[in-house]
Amino acid sequence: MKKIEAIIRTSKFDEVKEALHKIDIDFFSYVDATGVGNEIRKGDQSYRGTAIDTSYIPRRVLSIVVRDVNVKKTVDCVLEAAFTGEIGDGRIFVSEVAEAWKIRTKQSGDDSLKGSYEK
Amino acid sequence: MKKTYILLACMILTLVGTMLFSDVALAGNKPDPTGSSTGTATEIAPSKPGTPVSLDDVANQVGHNKIAINLMWVLLTGFLVMFMQAGFAMVEGGLTRAKNVAHTFAMNLMIYPLGMLGFWVCGFAIMFGGVGALATLGGYSGLNHEIAFTLFGHTFGVAGGTGFFLSGHYDVAVFGLFLFQMVFMDTTATIPTGAMAERWKFSSFVLYGIAVGTIIYPVYGNWVWGGGWLSQLGANFHLGHGHVDFAGSSVVHLTGGVCALVGAWILGPRIGKYNKDKSPNAIPAHSIPMAVIGTFILAFGWFGFNPGSTLAGGDLRIAVVAVNTMIASATGAFGAMLYMWWFKTKKPDVSMICNGMLAGLVAITAPCAFVGVGSAALIGLVAGILVVESCFFFERKARIDDPVGAISVHGVNGAWGIISLGLFADGTYGDGWNGVAGTVTGLFYGDSGQLWAEIIGILANVIYVGIISFIVFKIIDKIVGNRVSAKAEMEGLDVPEMGAEGYAGIKLDKNAETPLSR
Repeated sequence: MKKIEAIIRTSKFDEVKEALHKIDIDFFSYVDATGVGNEIRKGDQSYRGTAIDTSYIPRRVLSIVVRDVNVKKTVDCVLEAAFTGEIGDGRIFVSEVAEAWKIRTKQSGDDSLKGSYEK
Repeated sequence: MKKTYILLACMILTLVGTMLFSDVALAGNKPDPTGSSTGTATEIAPSKPGTPVSLDDVANQVGHNKIAINLMWVLLTGFLVMFMQAGFAMVEGGLTRAKNVAHTFAMNLMIYPLGMLGFWVCGFAIMFGGVGALATLGGYSGLNHEIAFTLFGHTFGVAGGTGFFLSGHYDVAVFGLFLFQMVFMDTTATIPTGAMAERWKFSSFVLYGIAVGTIIYPVYGNWVWGGGWLSQLGANFHLGHGHVDFAGSSVVHLTGGVCALVGAWILGPRIGKYNKDKSPNAIPAHSIPMAVIGTFILAFGWFGFNPGSTLAGGDLRIAVVAVNTMIASATGAFGAMLYMWWFKTKKPDVSMICNGMLAGLVAITAPCAFVGVGSAALIGLVAGILVVESCFFFERKARIDDPVGAISVHGVNGAWGIISLGLFADGTYGDGWNGVAGTVTGLFYGDSGQLWAEIIGILANVIYVGIISFIVFKIIDKIVGNRVSAKAEMEGLDVPEMGAEGYAGIKLDKNAETPLSR
């Protein structure tokens, strides 16, 4: 099992979600996060004539835990769906997951990650 | 389907019921659907029962109706002005940060009762104790004690001396005047709460609230509206009609603006407002929609503020006053929008447009009854540009932190409104104003004396209000301290000052925080 952590543009979230569901990644969770860049882009936003510090960028962090067999297609899927080509498209990190449990069925390991359609 | 039939049955029943019963008139009780025959000669009762109605009875009734219309007008417009407190609360609360919202709103809430009680105790007596006969409200003349001194053969009224706690004046005209003038005073009182927001200790604010209603506002008010020396400049020194201020550009707004300037200067800027190289940081508004709705409430209330200041519903100049008021608010907003858009940040800044609309309204407040509509448009347009330049000046040159632009909107544009009266008054209104024969006429229409009287009024305001506010804030500082602790300011004033968050359960974002002074 691997955890795929994808930091994406908030505006790309819906596209990524649709794409993941299309390749049968049924479940993941996300949090809203703020990215902090080191460049202060003066002039983008201003309030009463004074530039606002826009180095705080709203981002969404997807946390997707999948079976080893699904890692590559999930990563490829996010790489494709979250892409714009502009600076700030985001990052993907993959890490090992030691154990996993599904609370309702008490299933553990790979079984806990199978979608309800996979008997 | 069943529900559709029930609905249809209801409709048919209503229609049938209306047709069946609509023309049934009870005997001797003819309905008057157009209203044309309601209120006839039978309304006038003869003074002696059983005798026919005399001409005196009719004349008395006409006189009573005339004053009734005036008093209704004074009360109704007073109620409109009272609602402006809600507008001020929303503008000031919206343009500041979410972490201080309960504190900012609490100040705007409490200034209404605090100022009112102060005005009741002695403010009204000081301001109007010597105003003389209330001509438009029936001529009650009990408010006749003006404290004055004589210098070089001229009398200078400085304060009224009767009407404390309204005692001794159990009179409808006095009570009507009290309500109307009280809400004006509260408009002044709530201006500094914007300029001093986000760092003002609440206990200090409470003491200020009492001071503004009892002493800061009423003394200058007496000089202009209560029969004091500024209003006598015309009679004494032939400077036009003396200091003329129709609805309060100087009495209300300049007073509030000067007091706000002194207060904000004494408090110092908010933490994080300025960098080490003295350049300013933006501290964005937490709710632009709230500020916009507040601006509309204020613009609505201004239809009480300006037209109500005739103190007479029968003075039909109110139509001109109302139109001048709305035109100036439009050009003020338009001017501020274009000026920001074209010359400043290349964007039509919403908070600055709010300030621009209010600046136009503040500026037209003094001249609204005396100028033509073209002049009103120009006065508003200048106000819209002036407010932007003034905000930039106070933020970047004077470095006085004014979170909502109150000093620029009320102070600077209050002064501009007063000057514009001395320039643009077209001589069509104000015959006999302040006891001087002839109409009020400005420099461009041939009377330079009027402009001098206006300028003297501005200087008197800045000197008196500036000094008395400075003394008041310094005394309060000795008693309770003016400014909150840096820790409270960083956390937001809601919990340390008021005990609970204004937005409990709502996560505040980065913009709610204090910028770092780099």
